[in-house]
Amino acid sequence: MKAPSTHPIKPATSIPALLKTAFVNALIALVLFSLMIGIRTEAGSSGQLTYWTRFGDLASIVAAVFGGSIVIELLRQWIGPTGAEKLVPPAVQSGISFIGRYLAPALLIFTLLVPVMFYNQRYILDLAILVLTYVMLGWGLNVVVGLAGLLDLGYVAFYAVGAYSYGLLATNFGWSFWICLPLAGILAAFWGVLLGFPVLRLRGDYLAIVTLAFGEIIRLVIINWQDLTGGPNGVSGIPRPSFFGIPLDNSDDGLAARLGIEYSPTHRIVFLFYLILALALLTNWATIRLRRLPIGRAWEALREDEVACRALGINTTTTKLTAFATGAMFGGFAGAFFATRQGFISPESFTFQESALVLAIVVLGGMGSQLGVALAALAMIGGFELFRSLESYRMLVFGMAMVLIMIWRPRGLIGHRAPTVYLTKAQAISSDLVKEGHG
Amino acid sequence: MSGDKILNVDRLAMRFGGIVAVQDLSFAAERRKITALIGPNGAGKTTVFNCITGFYKPSGGAIRLTHDGGTTIALERLNDFRIAKQAKVARTFQNIRLFPGMTALENLMVAQHNALMRASGFTFLGLIGAPGYREAEKRAIDLATDWLKRVNLLDRADDAAGNFAYGDQRRLEIARAMCTEPALLCLDEPAAGLNARESAALSELLLSIRDELGTSILLIEHDMSVVMEISDHIVVMDHGVKIAEGTPREVRDDPKVIAAYLGADEEEAAAVMEGGS
Repeated sequence: MKAPSTHPIKPATSIPALLKTAFVNALIALVLFSLMIGIRTEAGSSGQLTYWTRFGDLASIVAAVFGGSIVIELLRQWIGPTGAEKLVPPAVQSGISFIGRYLAPALLIFTLLVPVMFYNQRYILDLAILVLTYVMLGWGLNVVVGLAGLLDLGYVAFYAVGAYSYGLLATNFGWSFWICLPLAGILAAFWGVLLGFPVLRLRGDYLAIVTLAFGEIIRLVIINWQDLTGGPNGVSGIPRPSFFGIPLDNSDDGLAARLGIEYSPTHRIVFLFYLILALALLTNWATIRLRRLPIGRAWEALREDEVACRALGINTTTTKLTAFATGAMFGGFAGAFFATRQGFISPESFTFQESALVLAIVVLGGMGSQLGVALAALAMIGGFELFRSLESYRMLVFGMAMVLIMIWRPRGLIGHRAPTVYLTKAQAISSDLVKEGHG
Repeated sequence: MSGDKILNVDRLAMRFGGIVAVQDLSFAAERRKITALIGPNGAGKTTVFNCITGFYKPSGGAIRLTHDGGTTIALERLNDFRIAKQAKVARTFQNIRLFPGMTALENLMVAQHNALMRASGFTFLGLIGAPGYREAEKRAIDLATDWLKRVNLLDRADDAAGNFAYGDQRRLEIARAMCTEPALLCLDEPAAGLNARESAALSELLLSIRDELGTSILLIEHDMSVVMEISDHIVVMDHGVKIAEGTPREVRDDPKVIAAYLGADEEEAAAVMEGGS
């Protein structure tokens, strides 16, 4: 990827301009850091305010910003003007599509083999289950945000509905996981429709705010409806999943005893791993399938242009509701899985933080892209664990990585869109053309 | 004026707050004919269109659509998407509204949404891959292919609509509207931004829609060469009221029309007088 030689070369910025930029940046840094770093406050022994100044540190920070901005400005000139090369050359494009074609199957095979490869590493298995849970949540939310273009900031509500549906049905009535799983999905979808009716008249920012509020309402109801949900104490003693009726424990009729192998707690972990993998793949299969059906095309058309949809006789309300309900249903499945895996649920697990994390996965992955969402979940959840050794700098490094990715790929890891139907050849559609939707 | 009317607009009024956009407007569009709605800028043409296609709810008056079988539908009582779905009125937009991130073929498939939804058993049959749906999808692709051929875009079927040239986007939007298999096709300035050659191709396309498929067309247009060439009947509006109607020849010679255009814009007045002669 070499810039074309005919490209007009920007004249190098003069030294006074360079110094001026650096000076302005240093001034901003001085204002910003004067209170944060320049003055240190602490509560004294009797509760009084004690403070001392750290002007030395402040000066070094400001100097670093001054020097840094000169270096960055020089680097920028050396690399060349930004945004010069918007088009990806066909060779690179075909290379990416080649990798894209084999990346997904390779990832799937790797995922299938994870329990075999890391059988004795409980930590990795647990992390893999966590990643897969977020992959599934990401794929579920992708239907709402990525395909239909409806910004949903309260997705965790449906996750909570699913988790509590299973938790309460199983502890109160003793129903098995396999009966409760579809029920959890149906209940979550029902709540999706219930939320959808009043909310879907709203668009864009307004929709986002109301869904955010809905997520919080569900959490507050769970906290306060103590008779049913146990309030902040949560629901405990949720039954572990069984292998279609055969418990995975140390008892005589457990799976290990029946198969005549030695019992190990890892069996359950491996089972959970394959369970969430199957659920996630079900989500993926359904989404891919739905995209190629009229309903899925209508979702995407809705994201592209709602007015045109209405002019073509598409009922935008039911189309939005089905998107909401479908996404909510997958959230409910994931919630039921979460409940059975943890054995204990409480409102603390369903905070806005979770909604934001799942939404970040969808946006980072490239809205609408199944593979992108899976990669983003791996990067967000796995990457976060990767930086564990950095301790208190973990968030800083993670945040910086996110910012860099958003500069490098503003439309997500996989930004292009694959057409759902073609006559001669399916060619990827550049992300510049695909709309994000506006509610 | 005699013959079979597909659309009857009776004393239509549209007010936005205190502003009267359309007042006491009555006209009719004949079946299997092209009716043009013309007038200087700000005459209220697009407002009339939005009332007919359900984007505005008229403040007063009646809009009746009569289908081939004789059933009459009150359009002012239907809202939103139902006008396209039940009354079979399709429209295009002054500022093209395609789905830019979807391919040309996908655009035409979305237009067949309602038929395909029924065929897919409202998604459930389609999800399990029922053969009936596959048949229906094949037919939908055939219809879309047929339209891509008609508008001369077949070789670009798999390209994103957002990448098309302006004239191609206009033609694709008409094809998309036609894929809903409408009884009445409403075109809002279909020739805007087209060059002379593209305008001529557009005229040909609209005439073939009228003659071969028997679809009634209602259009707003400023390009008088197109209007005068293809229209069977012209309604002229100015300041929200109808000032004249008749055949292209009658309208062209009407002093009120010339005055309206002269008062509005000299170029357009000249175009009215020269166009189609």
